[in-house]
Amino acid sequence: MDWYYVEGILILSGINLLAVLGLSLLTGFTGLFSFGHAGFMAIGAYTTAFCTMTLGLNFYLALVIGGLMAGIMSLIIGKLTLNLKGDYFIIATLGFGEAIRLILDNMQYFGGARGWPGITNHTSLMNVIVINIIGIVILVNIISSKHGRNMKAIREEEMASNIIGIDVFKYKLKSLWISAMYAGVSGGLLAHYIGFLQPKMFQMIKSTELTIIVIFGGLGSVTGSVIGAIALTALPEVLRNVKEWRLVIYGATVVLIMITRPQGLMGGKEFRPIQYLKKWFGKKNKPTAEQEV
Amino acid sequence: MTTFFQQLINGISIGSVYALMAVGYSLVYSIMNFSNFAHGGVIMLGAYMGFFALAVGNLPFPVAMILATLGSALLAIVLERIAYNPLRKRNAPYLYFIISAMGASIFLENLVIAIIGPNFKTYPKVFEKEPFLIGTLALGRLDVMMFIISAVSLTALLFIIEKTKTGMAIKATAYNLRASALMGVNTDHIIFIVFGLGGGLAGIAGVLFGMKYTVYPQIGFITTKAFIAAVFGGLGSLSGAVLGAILLGVIETITAGYFSSQLRDLIAFALLIFILVVRPMGIMGKQNEDKA
Repeated sequence: MDWYYVEGILILSGINLLAVLGLSLLTGFTGLFSFGHAGFMAIGAYTTAFCTMTLGLNFYLALVIGGLMAGIMSLIIGKLTLNLKGDYFIIATLGFGEAIRLILDNMQYFGGARGWPGITNHTSLMNVIVINIIGIVILVNIISSKHGRNMKAIREEEMASNIIGIDVFKYKLKSLWISAMYAGVSGGLLAHYIGFLQPKMFQMIKSTELTIIVIFGGLGSVTGSVIGAIALTALPEVLRNVKEWRLVIYGATVVLIMITRPQGLMGGKEFRPIQYLKKWFGKKNKPTAEQEV
Repeated sequence: MTTFFQQLINGISIGSVYALMAVGYSLVYSIMNFSNFAHGGVIMLGAYMGFFALAVGNLPFPVAMILATLGSALLAIVLERIAYNPLRKRNAPYLYFIISAMGASIFLENLVIAIIGPNFKTYPKVFEKEPFLIGTLALGRLDVMMFIISAVSLTALLFIIEKTKTGMAIKATAYNLRASALMGVNTDHIIFIVFGLGGGLAGIAGVLFGMKYTVYPQIGFITTKAFIAAVFGGLGSLSGAVLGAILLGVIETITAGYFSSQLRDLIAFALLIFILVVRPMGIMGKQNEDKA
């Protein structure tokens, strides 16, 4: 195991993590499921690659544009479909994700189904880590703000939140918008790490994988999403010597988690180092933050 | 004009197979209120069972068809026992059912890749190649058989649901699971039957698709068409699912015939989003505050 290989796994985990963080806000904190986030990743990836390769823009500026582009798409699709409930919304996102992939398949300008090779490599372990830390800090702040509390209220009881005056539609849209931007930036990073884009990379199975990571880590826990993204991206690599059986094990694990420990790894709890220290060394009998979740 | 009728007939034939899948999916949805994403896995294994019965077992076609139907029904029931029953016992939110179904679908698909291999397999020839000719229209024998087998299976299902006591219990359970349990319906038994019926229809659809195209581990992807058809017709409504499936089949073949086959799937998904935006309850769906 040389460092180059380990670094590759870490970068891929980081790229997945960024998309998972966004999805965690949508699924874990707002209670909406999406099977179309691969579509937002695809929009981010192609937009970012277009900005750097064709327009010659700076990579970081391009990432921001890619994220914004995915965000704009999410606002359009959200306006249309967020009034739908439960399975209808899931099927709508599924249709959206597949439609994006099929449109890209037919866009000869970006290479169509054959793919788009030769994208310069800008993604490194360093910038993936920095972007992820920025992503986590922003996400944690959103969750503990008024907006995050409203989203959690919608997750728990939609009708009740509506009655106490939360604009349910607006906060759902906000949540979708933010999560789509995370997915877009993540797609941009992916494009400039792999150096090659193909619509096939953003099939429905990619969206499913992201959702599974969020569930595996535990709904409503940022820590869980971080651990889940790293563990589940590394797991297939660890199992590489059992070859085609690894995805069989993966599928069986998902079912097993659902029937035995559906609250996921962290089960809505967070790892808060500062509060732990306070708890151990500070005054006793003070209510701690973990209880509020 | 001949082309149009030709495409129309092909569309109805494909649509009738979509209907087999959509009905099974809709049936489970109407009782359990969740999208059974593992339906594709059952269809795929049904196609493989039919293939092995015909190509390896050298069995006659009707026997192979019955074996695949029973095998798929059994598989769907086992799947329900393992992946959904524990969740149902715990009253888990429907999201968990969906993820469990996704996991089961990944498991089945890759199990087939690991054991049988990722290669495409072609069914042995069952029907003669030369089509029936009506005037200038050419009806492929396979297409005609697909339509007949689907129509017979759907009629049988309709008979079970409309005319038997079990069917009445299924309808009651779909209307309100808890109330029908209180009225003495064994809902566990009903769910068992519903998965068996859905699985059996999925097996038939799998064999028909295998004969029309080829068999490969990702063939289960075709079920997204069934979801679209079911939403198109109205989730939970069986007649809606059939109508939606046939319309979808016709729209697809006409798009493929007149524009390009590349656009076929795109049109299907665009139609899905359009329906969800304009009329989320579908063509035949009942207006339901909880769902749409």
